[in-house]
Amino acid sequence: MILDGKCPTGPIEQSWDKHRFEMKLVNPANKRKYKILMVGTGLAGGAGAASLGELGYNVHAFCYQDSARRAHSIAAQGGINAAKNYPNDGDSIYRLFYDTIKGGDFRAREADVWRLAQVSNNIIDQCVAQGVPFARDYAGYLDNRSFGGAQVSRTFYARGQTGQQLLLGAYSALCRQVKAKTVTMHPRTEMLDLVVVDGVAKGITVRNLTTGQIESHWGDAVVLATGGYVNVFYLSTNAMGCSVTAVWKAAKKGAYMANPCYTQIHPTCIPQHGEHQSKLTLMSESLRNDGRCWVPKKKEDCEKPAGAIPEEDRDYYLERKYPSFGNLAPRDIASRAAKEQCDDDRGVGPGKRGVYLDFADSINRLGQHTIAARYGNLFEMYEKITDENGYKQPMRIYPAPHYSMGGLWVDYNCMSNVPGLFVLGEANFSVHGANRLGASALMQGLADGYFVIPYTIANYLVTVKPGAVTDAHPEFKKSADEVKGQINKLLSINGKKTVSDMHRALGKIMWNNVGMARSKQSLTAALKEIPALREEFWKNVKVSGSGEEFNQQLENAGRLADFLEFGEMLAKDALHREESCGGHFRVEHQYDDGEAKRDDENFCYAAAWEFKGNDKEPELHKEPLKFENVHLAVRSYK
Amino acid sequence: MNLTLYVWRQKGPKDLGKLEQYEAPNVSPDQSFLEMLDDVNEVLIKTGKDPIAFDHDCREGICGMCSTVVNGRPHGGQDRTTVCQLHMRTFKDGDSIYIEPWKAKAFPIVKDLVVDRSALDAIQNAGGYTSCHTGGVPDANAVMISQPAAEYAMDAAECIGCGACVAGCPNSSAMLFTGNKVAQLAALPQGRPEAKARVKAMTEALKECGFGNCTNHYECQAACPKGIDVKFIAKLNREYIKSLLP
Ligand SMILES: Cc1cc2nc3c(=O)[nH]c(=O)nc-3n(C[C@H](O)[C@H](O)[C@H](O)COP(=O)(O)OP(=O)(O)OC[C@H]3O[C@@H](n4cnc5c(N)ncnc54)[C@H](O)[C@@H]3O)c2cc1C
Ligand code: SF4
Ligand code: FES
Repeated sequence: MILDGKCPTGPIEQSWDKHRFEMKLVNPANKRKYKILMVGTGLAGGAGAASLGELGYNVHAFCYQDSARRAHSIAAQGGINAAKNYPNDGDSIYRLFYDTIKGGDFRAREADVWRLAQVSNNIIDQCVAQGVPFARDYAGYLDNRSFGGAQVSRTFYARGQTGQQLLLGAYSALCRQVKAKTVTMHPRTEMLDLVVVDGVAKGITVRNLTTGQIESHWGDAVVLATGGYVNVFYLSTNAMGCSVTAVWKAAKKGAYMANPCYTQIHPTCIPQHGEHQSKLTLMSESLRNDGRCWVPKKKEDCEKPAGAIPEEDRDYYLERKYPSFGNLAPRDIASRAAKEQCDDDRGVGPGKRGVYLDFADSINRLGQHTIAARYGNLFEMYEKITDENGYKQPMRIYPAPHYSMGGLWVDYNCMSNVPGLFVLGEANFSVHGANRLGASALMQGLADGYFVIPYTIANYLVTVKPGAVTDAHPEFKKSADEVKGQINKLLSINGKKTVSDMHRALGKIMWNNVGMARSKQSLTAALKEIPALREEFWKNVKVSGSGEEFNQQLENAGRLADFLEFGEMLAKDALHREESCGGHFRVEHQYDDGEAKRDDENFCYAAAWEFKGNDKEPELHKEPLKFENVHLAVRSYK
Repeated sequence: MNLTLYVWRQKGPKDLGKLEQYEAPNVSPDQSFLEMLDDVNEVLIKTGKDPIAFDHDCREGICGMCSTVVNGRPHGGQDRTTVCQLHMRTFKDGDSIYIEPWKAKAFPIVKDLVVDRSALDAIQNAGGYTSCHTGGVPDANAVMISQPAAEYAMDAAECIGCGACVAGCPNSSAMLFTGNKVAQLAALPQGRPEAKARVKAMTEALKECGFGNCTNHYECQAACPKGIDVKFIAKLNREYIKSLLP
């Protein structure tokens, strides 16, 4: 099937304004009659729930943590983009739009990206009004920094805790609505199924994580803002609880999964230290403003301390390969370049899987004080983990799974192919194409939550009668029974391996075969190994305790069960995409100099997969991508 | 290294809990504290025992989910460190480690080391916001904010809402947590118009939730993994007094 993103037509500059005018509105007196379920309270869900509550809808919001304020958006460090052009350095909505399309390697929808760039400015206004303490210059104006993939300074930040401050802003708006009783919060509650009635999303089945109770919730619309899925790699920069579960349950109920193979491996993470490690820690990309990446030119120097290697024997490989963007090359490019150096046996640190990020020049130029003011908390974090002082010796970094550009397919209104099911933030596939630029995820989450969903959901709600379907409908009981069935099955296996053992095994398969470099051979291998592991999981996993209590092993087991199905779809998507673009690098498709080779003739589309069951091939639906404003071109950062 | 752990085990809010002893063999100094607990749990699961429940999520010191008292100190008492950032290199071979949950009337125990901190949300719900509408706000640079004011607000806003300040305080006071929000918003022009109503509502909620009063022990600052200064409690008091004046 050919999918239609339902983008507005006409000049792109007017597309969102025109669309906003054309959409229908819900009568203010009727809004409270509509119940909206918001799953997730990160930037996208928190902002969305607060804004919808403020409009007068009856909103129920869910998260698995013990408070809405702890969604993983909290961990974002570096900053958030906006086209304010406060520094007068040539930025504009058009340039942010262009950079995002190009940064995404021409695999995103133009209209969605335009809208994102357009509302980016409103986001900064909104956050300042909430009391978000962004960095300011001496005169009291907002300050900016630069991020990868851009030659202007458009990133707003709050020390190294931008995500935290933005999330606390959205959380405070949410608190205001909880007090006003327009939003009801359900923390420590995990969505375990989507309830679909006659093809339309009408509710969710959840588990109360404190008591273990399975509950049904009905709604006139269901919004998923449940974040990304890179924990499919086991070790990643995501929080331990981040999962594909909500998204995957929706996929199993008919929602299409778009471009699952577009995963982002972030170049600046602290290298792995051992087998028992549970997660990887990101060092913000903003560090590349002042840090220079290098490895020794000679293999035999790799074991020496960094200080013992003279300047002429250092290879500043990013500056060498990409003179115009240098250390600020986009993430996919910087990650691959780091891997190349290590594959060439010139990596540093344990196992030689690391490269240096060196601040010595900046410290000489600006003084340690300035560097500390900019990134103090990151240096502190680095030292806590590695026991090394980044001011005195270069940091060691290595790429790690970080972000998912792919996600549930949505149209321009952020609605999936299942009517009534909306998807926001990292959970959808909409704006980043095959690679996301730094500081653009926070922008997308807040854009979707504050400025898109409040409009587009109304256009859908006017077509349904409020409360027409409630949890009295038999589909709710059926869904709850299925969920209970799966829980009982997990508890009854009583095998020999723990959930972590098996998650680690899945992570190895994914990282080695479906990671930074993918080939037909590696993907075919993964497609054999994943189903085998899944089979073993259902025979040999051990989950203790019962379903009627607080049981973290059971939570993890359910999440892993979904990763074991989803991972296979990810690998299938990667195998089908016979080109290299953005974060998806197929070794068969590269130029002589190792740069990614896109195939616009055959692959200029979003791949939306329909799940048909574990033993059947998923069906591919294509949404062709049209580029009317930005010329399709080979992406160059040289 | 090999360690002996004494861990608080409690099946549910109504059960009586107790400390139980576990061995943690072959701990690597590069492991984090929670990774060490993960390993202990792996053994418990494989031998058919109930693993130790503890809250955690980001494991990088920012979500505020982890909440464990280690050897009597919330988060283990290292300077500016959450328990998920605590590394085993700070312990030595043969050490005994006591691991307990936050203990405070306002934080009922859910299971083992997991507590219910919804009282902190209740305080925030009472008034920890500015009443701006989505959209309909001025340009971000329309109102200038002096750099010191922005920095002061940011110092307060670093709070991760973990509740260690409450756990460390002999009175189980949440004044540092509350003072942070009050001070942050009071320092900014955007927060001033509602400052009086906010401080009144938030302190009212503090009392209702069963937190104690501040009697200047400064244990909160010592326990706080973000090193937040008690000056924000003084600010809370000042704002409160101001709110009583006409
Ligand atoms: C370490 C790190 C640093 C980053 N730095 C930056 C940066 O500097 N700039 C930038 O732009 N981006 C950054 N990003 C990316 C960005 O933070 C995320 O993409 C973005 O915050 C995601 O927001 P979200 O609202 O979509 O999801 P999240 O914030 O992940 O929220 C997901 C929500 O869904 C809930 N949830 C999930 N599953 C379920 C379920 N089954 N049932 C119930 N609830 C569920 C969770 O409880 C949570 O509330 C960073 C990411 C990481 C990991
Ligand atoms: S003030 Fe410190 S200890 Fe208290 S909740 Fe905030 S971060 Fe935690
Ligand atoms: S787990 Fe997030 S702060 Fe410790």
